[in-house]
Amino acid sequence: MNRLISPATPDRAAKVGLWASAVLSMAILLFILGYIVIEGISVVNIPFLLGSPVLSGAKGGILPAIVGTICLMAVTLSSAVPIGVGAAIYLAEYASDSVVTRTITFGVECLAGVPSIVIGLFGYAFLVIYLGFGFSILSGGLALMAMALPWIVRTSEEAIKAVPLTVREGSLALGATKWQTVSRVVLPSAIPGIVTGAILGIGKAIGEAAVLMFTAGSSLLMPSSLFDPVRALPYHIYILASEGISNPMAYGSSIVLLAMVLAINLGAIAIQAHYGRHYGRN
Amino acid sequence: MDEIEIESRSLNLWYESVHALKNVTLSMPKKKVTAVIGPSGCGKSTFIRCINRMNDLIKGCRVEGELLFEGRNVYDRDIDVVSLRKRIGMVFQKPNPFPMSVYDNVAYGPRLHGTRSSGELDKIVEESLKSSALWNEVADVLNRSALDLSGGQQQRLCIARTLAVNPDVILFDEPCSALDPISTAKIEDLINTLVHDYTIIIVTHNMQQAARVSDFTAFFLLGEVIEFGKTKQIFEMPEKKSTEDYITGRFG
Repeated sequence: MNRLISPATPDRAAKVGLWASAVLSMAILLFILGYIVIEGISVVNIPFLLGSPVLSGAKGGILPAIVGTICLMAVTLSSAVPIGVGAAIYLAEYASDSVVTRTITFGVECLAGVPSIVIGLFGYAFLVIYLGFGFSILSGGLALMAMALPWIVRTSEEAIKAVPLTVREGSLALGATKWQTVSRVVLPSAIPGIVTGAILGIGKAIGEAAVLMFTAGSSLLMPSSLFDPVRALPYHIYILASEGISNPMAYGSSIVLLAMVLAINLGAIAIQAHYGRHYGRN
Repeated sequence: MDEIEIESRSLNLWYESVHALKNVTLSMPKKKVTAVIGPSGCGKSTFIRCINRMNDLIKGCRVEGELLFEGRNVYDRDIDVVSLRKRIGMVFQKPNPFPMSVYDNVAYGPRLHGTRSSGELDKIVEESLKSSALWNEVADVLNRSALDLSGGQQQRLCIARTLAVNPDVILFDEPCSALDPISTAKIEDLINTLVHDYTIIIVTHNMQQAARVSDFTAFFLLGEVIEFGKTKQIFEMPEKKSTEDYITGRFG
């Protein structure tokens, strides 16, 4: 009764403090987006999106870089998703809790922590030189796979584990084998989570200029095969800015890269909304 | 004398070091309903999950003794668990439809076991849903998600799904514990009909349910069979004091 500060005061202070943190997180995103759009929107137009670079990118467009980025994502997804989902199925359904399993899980977590520059260097030594893939979409895409894989394994494993045990039992009780149960009931139920993992993984990976500069090359020409080099958007942005070629073009390219990542995220939300009703309510 | 379909002889089961079933010896007659009753944790669910070897999924579970289905021990090394489970179906405590359409739920088992022709599948789906008294309610919504059905409908769908693989035995593990009284009555009626064609073993918490649907009753306590006999006799003239105490509601 005689307290100087009533308990309501820290309560209110906590609420305000937490609200401020939440607003600040959003504000940082809006600030970055706003700054880039203001700096770069003047160069973004149809010739920019559909044209080829002129004078090392100081003029002209960025179509080869956009195509190269999409090709890299395709290679990364088509290699990382089967391997990542396969590993997740093994960890969630087949592996018992043993030293081996814990070692694999620990290894996957470590892979997530390997700095991108190191993966780039390894990709150069192994994919570009040793396997002879050269600077190419293939080398770049496979190196990015190492960046995306941990996300895909982790989120897919969580999604598979979240499928209720009772549903597995229902399938086994009908005389299904383990693989039939996993492939026909468990995996379809886990699709929203797996898609989320793939999106997170590719979103993280595609921005890694440090990996791409060592593996995908820096060609500004339109690629015509998996073995052609490409200059992905993040690396193009890096070169435009670091070599003083054109800041507005760098910001313009950033807008395009952000838009591509945003489009992928929206695609993920659409897929989740489509499949989300399964077990979403339980 | 009734023909015996399933028989357990000195069946013992351990979860790690917990001795969950102790020398269970029971004979369950063909095309009759056998109810398994007893307080929570007495091993009744554990027991029926031995019959289709669902306990195999539980780590640290060890079984000794014999469990005979048509004279063969289901725990023999050369028993194919997949075909065993095809012949001994199971309906679970909580309805567990698959996240797919009503039709695909029922067709799931037949497809697993190799039925491809859509005409044949249509026939199996319709017959199974009719046998589980669900056809009239879902005939128009076969392509809707099974998760949109009510709890009672979902449980009858799970029964239809089990019937579709044409088993000899159906195990019911407290099938009505998550259902309202009207849905429960429908399931009980269904069990009384299904027993003409199938051997049924039902675990239940509900003594009135055991009395209503079963021909034979086994009373379990702390992993042991205390008493087994005709349901009428168990409920009207139990031989053991603890059976009488449980049935009259003095503990449980």
